[in-house]
Amino acid sequence: MSDDAVPAQAALRLAGVDVDLGGRPVLRDAGLEVRSGELVVLLGPNGSGKSSLVRAAVGLVPSTGTIELFGTPLARFRDRRRLGYVPQRSGVTVGVPATVREVVLGGRLPRHPVLGLHGPADRRAAAEAVERVGLADRLRTPFTELSGGQQQRVLIARALSNDPDLLVMDEPTAGVDREHTEQLAETLADLTASGTAVLLVAHDLGPLRPHVTRAVVLEHGRVAYAGPCDAVHDEGHQHPHTSDPAPVTPVPGEGVW
Amino acid sequence: MLELLQYPFMQRALLAAVFTGLAAPAIGTYLVQRRLALLGDGLGHIALTGVALGLLTGWAPTLTAVAVAAAGAVLIEVLRRSGRTSGDVALAMLFYGGIAGGVLLTGLAGASAAVLNRFLFGSITTVSSSDVWVVAVLGVLVLTLSLVLAPQLFAVCQDEEHAKVSGVPVGLYGILIAVLAAVTITVAMRTVGLLLVSALMVVPVAAAQQATRSFRATHLVAMGLGLVAAVGGVVTSYEADTQPGPTIVLIALVAFVVAALVRVVAGRVRRVRPVGST
Repeated sequence: MSDDAVPAQAALRLAGVDVDLGGRPVLRDAGLEVRSGELVVLLGPNGSGKSSLVRAAVGLVPSTGTIELFGTPLARFRDRRRLGYVPQRSGVTVGVPATVREVVLGGRLPRHPVLGLHGPADRRAAAEAVERVGLADRLRTPFTELSGGQQQRVLIARALSNDPDLLVMDEPTAGVDREHTEQLAETLADLTASGTAVLLVAHDLGPLRPHVTRAVVLEHGRVAYAGPCDAVHDEGHQHPHTSDPAPVTPVPGEGVW
Repeated sequence: MLELLQYPFMQRALLAAVFTGLAAPAIGTYLVQRRLALLGDGLGHIALTGVALGLLTGWAPTLTAVAVAAAGAVLIEVLRRSGRTSGDVALAMLFYGGIAGGVLLTGLAGASAAVLNRFLFGSITTVSSSDVWVVAVLGVLVLTLSLVLAPQLFAVCQDEEHAKVSGVPVGLYGILIAVLAAVTITVAMRTVGLLLVSALMVVPVAAAQQATRSFRATHLVAMGLGLVAAVGGVVTSYEADTQPGPTIVLIALVAFVVAALVRVVAGRVRRVRPVGST
């Protein structure tokens, strides 16, 4: 690759994004960029709009402003195989039992979203992804028989199974023990080293810290800080401690959601 | 046993039972996964209005039932998706509106309660050759789409948001599942009847779940149990001189009770067995 200063196209770009839910403003004028090989962590207290931001980024909640995936506006983005998504908590319905493999195979759907059965390559990719999150021996176990942390790791495997260029993860470490959070941090480091862009919501940085390119802190639905994570402390809520924080303008009438 | 195959009406009844027994759990598994087990009941009620419309206009009741039930299925999915009405309220409106419309239109058509009963509780022994063809074509359609689109339909029912992010047309497939359920109800209408059709969509799935650990296995075992219940019900009703519809449903329920008991007993045996024993 040339060293010429041609800025890489952002895998994800948000600018001036507003989100209202139930008539209430939850995100105002939000903006961020995640480029190839970057791990950007979204921090902030409960109700600060972190999940709304990532859900808006993947098109799960309506928003205004600019959202682009690989330079294409979200509404026109069709190359879904480049995008991996890990929801905040399991949206997996359990009316009928499904094995870990069946859940993870869902991550291969962007390759045949309208028609087509899963083939040997899909099953191989699913098995590799499950191995990557340390659950290789649970491939045939029903998803509901796993602990909350293990279920979360299965959902991470589902996103990894498609080898995405952009990984959007909403609190993937929630309920996951320290050992497996460290394992996830190593996996994410490998992914970013190979060029994957990662946007991740977290309550604290923990073992992720050495691998984080940039931290973005949300407060009251606005970006309060964006920069190196050195200025962000893990204890308690993530208040940025920096000599030059981005100005925070309170939104009239807004409280902590 | 083979004696009953000599009768053309039983041949037709058994053929209808085969398609019904396979198709109902094939789509019912998706409804159970989606926690919409009662959707079949609601659509069964609205199909009654379709039957009555056929009686009133002189068109084939099976076809009018398919059309009205499919329209109802689309409506309920749109209402559910728009979030303006909760799923159970939308279902309740279908229940009441379907029954009221069916009884009202049947009365206007001058048809007797006995005619209505044929559709409410099934009348498999009066199935004509053309009925068998309709049941076969619609049954194969439901089976084919349920199996060919299994990864996509499973994703929509299991984690709709993830399916949406993956590019699966969740709105379209949500409507397809509801419409296939409506078609299945019409397929099963002559076999088990509109009031019991939902049982054949749900009970074999519930029974299969007692013994399976994967979605795919549940899907296939439920279809097998549906087939056994439907064919077994027709045969039993012939031998025991009982009504086929309720007999089919009771056989499915017995299968569920047996499977549940086996599961409980097997669970206790596993707990009692010392650790490390094989």
